[in-house]
Amino acid sequence: MIRFDQVTKLYSGNARPALNSVSLEILKGEFVFLVGASGSGKSSFLRLVLKEERPSSGHIHVLGQELARLANRKVPYFRRNLGVVFQDFRLLPQKSVFANVAFTLQVTGRSKGFIQEAVPDVLKMVGLAGKASRLPHELSGGEQQRVAIARAIVNRPAILLADEPTGNLDPLTSAGIMTLLERISASGTTVIMATHDAGIVDQMQRRVIELVSGQIVRDERQGGYQTQAIPVQAFQTAGTFIPPFAGTDAEISAGARASTPDPNEGVSR
Amino acid sequence: MRFSLIMSEVAHGLRRNVSMVISVVLVTFISLTFVGAAILLQAQIGQMKGYWYDRAQVAVYFCTASSDLKNCNSTEATAAQKAAVKAQLASAALAPLVKRVEFESHDQAFERYKTQFADSQFANFVSPEFLNEAYWVNLKNPLQADVLRESLGSLPGVEEVKDQRKYLDPIFSALNAASVTAISIASLMLVAAALLIATTIRLSAFSRRRELGIMRLVGASNRFIQTPFILEGVISALVGSVLAAGAVVAIVRFFVQGFLGSTIQTGTSLIGMTDALLVAPVLLLIGAVLAAASAGVAINRYLKV
Repeated sequence: MIRFDQVTKLYSGNARPALNSVSLEILKGEFVFLVGASGSGKSSFLRLVLKEERPSSGHIHVLGQELARLANRKVPYFRRNLGVVFQDFRLLPQKSVFANVAFTLQVTGRSKGFIQEAVPDVLKMVGLAGKASRLPHELSGGEQQRVAIARAIVNRPAILLADEPTGNLDPLTSAGIMTLLERISASGTTVIMATHDAGIVDQMQRRVIELVSGQIVRDERQGGYQTQAIPVQAFQTAGTFIPPFAGTDAEISAGARASTPDPNEGVSR
Repeated sequence: MRFSLIMSEVAHGLRRNVSMVISVVLVTFISLTFVGAAILLQAQIGQMKGYWYDRAQVAVYFCTASSDLKNCNSTEATAAQKAAVKAQLASAALAPLVKRVEFESHDQAFERYKTQFADSQFANFVSPEFLNEAYWVNLKNPLQADVLRESLGSLPGVEEVKDQRKYLDPIFSALNAASVTAISIASLMLVAAALLIATTIRLSAFSRRRELGIMRLVGASNRFIQTPFILEGVISALVGSVLAAGAVVAIVRFFVQGFLGSTIQTGTSLIGMTDALLVAPVLLLIGAVLAAASAGVAINRYLKV
């Protein structure tokens, strides 16, 4: 479904890569948490999957297509197979809930009849059946995020990318959103969620990929936000870098901990 | 469905950007009016050349008793000298160039003079023998007048070989200068118009950047995203072009045909409505293409993946 092959992403004017030689594979229907500090490369990873950015080196395959070979004018059609949800919802403030969700279908050329059928369906699925005519500012944060999710999945995408979808929400509302994402995942959609929310990751016990300074330091089935197990990867040949958490608790040196705060913070946005 | 959606986007964009749209309309209006005026001036020059060159004759003036120019020495041209000129005109070298030759005697010249200057008192002081006898030559190709001058100018008894076209040249160069001026003003204004359209579209896109961001995210095709903006530019430029076309037609109708036509009274050599109606679609086309190109370039920035 998604395969990264030695992918490195360098932003101009910055010597340190946002992603450094990342290789991974995500299968159909998986639910994956992408964790790591700000600036560790989570957002860059999502942007690369969307082909909003080009990798500096390496190959990315998404839905059986090599993204480097995808012509620019075909990118829109490719993106119709992906849904995206953001921390800040990104709804259109002057459009109603219905219109916000319908917008996706309108601009991709769906018929009026299809829209009239699909939008109420998806609103019902995210639990907003009675609020179709509300404007975004009349809704709570959790409801707004549900609208955003409805917009992302109304096209029935194969992959749903969520960039800290619970970042602006309280724990209880977050739990509701997670239930919704779980249900979407259960219907066969691959869900990739970047998050800082340790509680959610620990509770869900799904696949966890941890990034530190653009490198995968952990890829664990049914993991937590911080691992107790010893991760499988043994990499990082160059230099003095010691991956934090790469060892038992006793081995984690104070020095490695101190190196975690990232000078690249916020660069990937 | 999609068409109506695009059109409502266009209408929305035009409404939101009214002041910019008005300035685009005005700038395209003025610049295309200049373009139209330049084209009309060129058409006028062509028309006049065609009209006058056809009628312009080469005059071979013979000496009179009162002329003291190089060949004459104040003696009237003899019959033999006139015959020599006539023979020369009929020779194998010149005959193919000549369409028609007419001889004008002293008396005929005097008659013409009297009608031409009927209002003036000069007619009273002139007598037939002061006026040159002449051969009036119509050439097949008016541009070959020099050949005639070279071969006849130095013959004895010939005072001067005069190409009437020479009288028209200052008029043509004045008209040419005017049309060059119009074209240079027009091209400066067209640059301004193109930049203004690009800025307008960029502003419009900026005010809709949220929608654009979401459109790109959910996979709206580039053409779908582009079209409303390009249409926005084209529509506002087309309004300006229509005004310019109207202005050009009005100029021809009221200034050229109405004012000039009645004052100069040589209606045949002036451009008419057909020329104006030919220029109008050219202006519309220039306006539309210019707007589509600059709006397309402007919006392209928002489509980069």
